Amino acid sequence: MDLTKLNIQQAHEGLVNREFSSLELTTAFLNKTDDFFAFLNVTRDLSIKQAKEVDKRIFNKEEISSLTGIPVAIKDNMMVKGEKCTCASKILENYIAPYDATVVKKLDGPVILGKTNMDEFAMGSSTENSAFGPTKNPHDITRVPGGSSGGSAAAVADNLCCYALGSDTGGSIRQPASFCGVVGLKPTYGAVSRYGLVAFASSLDQIGTLTKTVDDAQLVFETISGKDIKDSTSVDFKVDDKEIKMKRLKIGIPKEYFIEGIEPEVKEIIEKSIKKAEEQGAKIVDISLPHTKYALATYYIIMPCEASSNLSRYDGVKYGLSKEGENLLDVYLKTKEAGFGDEVKRRIMLGTYALSAGYYDAYYLKAQKVRTLIKQDFDKAFEKVDAIFTPTSPFPAFKIGEKVSDPLSMYLSDIFTVSVNLVGLPAVSVPVGLAGNLPVGLQIIGKPFEEHKILNIAKIYE
Amino acid sequence: MLRLDNMIEKEDVRNIAKLARLGISTAEEVRFQEDLSSVLDYIDLLNEVDVADVKPTFHPSESYFKKNVVREDIGEDGEEADKLIKASPDKEERYFKVKSIF
Repeated sequence: MDLTKLNIQQAHEGLVNREFSSLELTTAFLNKTDDFFAFLNVTRDLSIKQAKEVDKRIFNKEEISSLTGIPVAIKDNMMVKGEKCTCASKILENYIAPYDATVVKKLDGPVILGKTNMDEFAMGSSTENSAFGPTKNPHDITRVPGGSSGGSAAAVADNLCCYALGSDTGGSIRQPASFCGVVGLKPTYGAVSRYGLVAFASSLDQIGTLTKTVDDAQLVFETISGKDIKDSTSVDFKVDDKEIKMKRLKIGIPKEYFIEGIEPEVKEIIEKSIKKAEEQGAKIVDISLPHTKYALATYYIIMPCEASSNLSRYDGVKYGLSKEGENLLDVYLKTKEAGFGDEVKRRIMLGTYALSAGYYDAYYLKAQKVRTLIKQDFDKAFEKVDAIFTPTSPFPAFKIGEKVSDPLSMYLSDIFTVSVNLVGLPAVSVPVGLAGNLPVGLQIIGKPFEEHKILNIAKIYE
Repeated sequence: MLRLDNMIEKEDVRNIAKLARLGISTAEEVRFQEDLSSVLDYIDLLNEVDVADVKPTFHPSESYFKKNVVREDIGEDGEEADKLIKASPDKEERYFKVKSIF
């Protein structure tokens, strides 16, 4: 039996029934080669130590939870105590996390295999912006895995871990999940604590899951979600676990998401998946989200503004890279120049510009007002429907290098995912077909805190 | 060079970099001038939108928080503070050391 192919539930049963030990399970993953550069850092010693501890617990007949002893990969912008946390940036190349992120703590006896590659500070859609080299798509090595959680998505797709955690600011879980053919859940804003996640754009960032199955996504989500005193934006909520009947559901199809520019093969696959929901009894409703056209422009103001503020902390004084300088200002200038890559600099510049005196009203404030209109679109749509279906991305995985020299064309690959972050909604990308040999994902968007509902809908595609 | 509506000047690029405390090379000045201008052109799309009487949304879950969220200010024991200090590139005892400002 190839233990690396098991999903979380199967692995858990294997552990409980003593078909294999956590150490055997862990070693199966550690023995694989990382052909696609999914990992920045394999935490071999930590994982073996954790697996042995779990095996002791099982030997002592202690009860274990569903995720105990299950090997997981963590995106390298979440802190695992005592291990490097680089954010795929030179500025944090040697930074050691002083504490565990809340999500890591909540996993209850995880086996952490390592930290996965990403676009530097999660800024990108292809993982090509990693300071340490790009991850490749397991379905086609000449193509990108998507981003920014490209390492986590590739690791799950290539069975280098049982599941992975990622973060999503504008599509960074859903788009790579779509490109790599795995399930990617971006929870409601506030559903999962972000304590110990390196901040990028604070009103948009959310931690979520990359898994082999929808059930696994649900399991991990339920484990990591909930109010955390250390993240004041986290919300106390109850998981509604009522049974979901497709026959009673109304699914909205927003016409603005089926536009020119979407690849015909992708469109065809998505339309087929809509039909499948209809065959299962769901009512398909045409809806309109009229401000969709403005979402990406709105996002590309708000996100860099928040990023420029958040990234000002890398000053060469408290931690991370520090360059010698004649005076304090010189230290700042040289440290940031040497430590940040192109895309990070670009976004800091854009955000600083948009927030600078004389431009704040025209850019930042204006964008936050358009954001209100985008939110009202969704509020109105959700009066009529239970969930909204869209393609996750207008195209499948693109070629490495194809978009890297043209920032705007790279930004356009987020066109179907950013609205969800602006409004704080939950959304899942689930694989629904192949365009050639490349996976295509369906995005299912739900009302706030209705992860349970969208995941249950997603199950019909497995 | 590209022809853009929002062509910002090199001087502007230098000024923004200075505000951001970001050192940039001469080659980056040229590149950022083009990149930022083309993104600003794209963002101009928002000029079409009428936002008179629309309130801004700064936080996606504003409706869940009727008032600001604070926790009680209680100290915790632990080694975290020492670890944080240890992460500093230059320190003396429990202080971060910085270069003189002038």
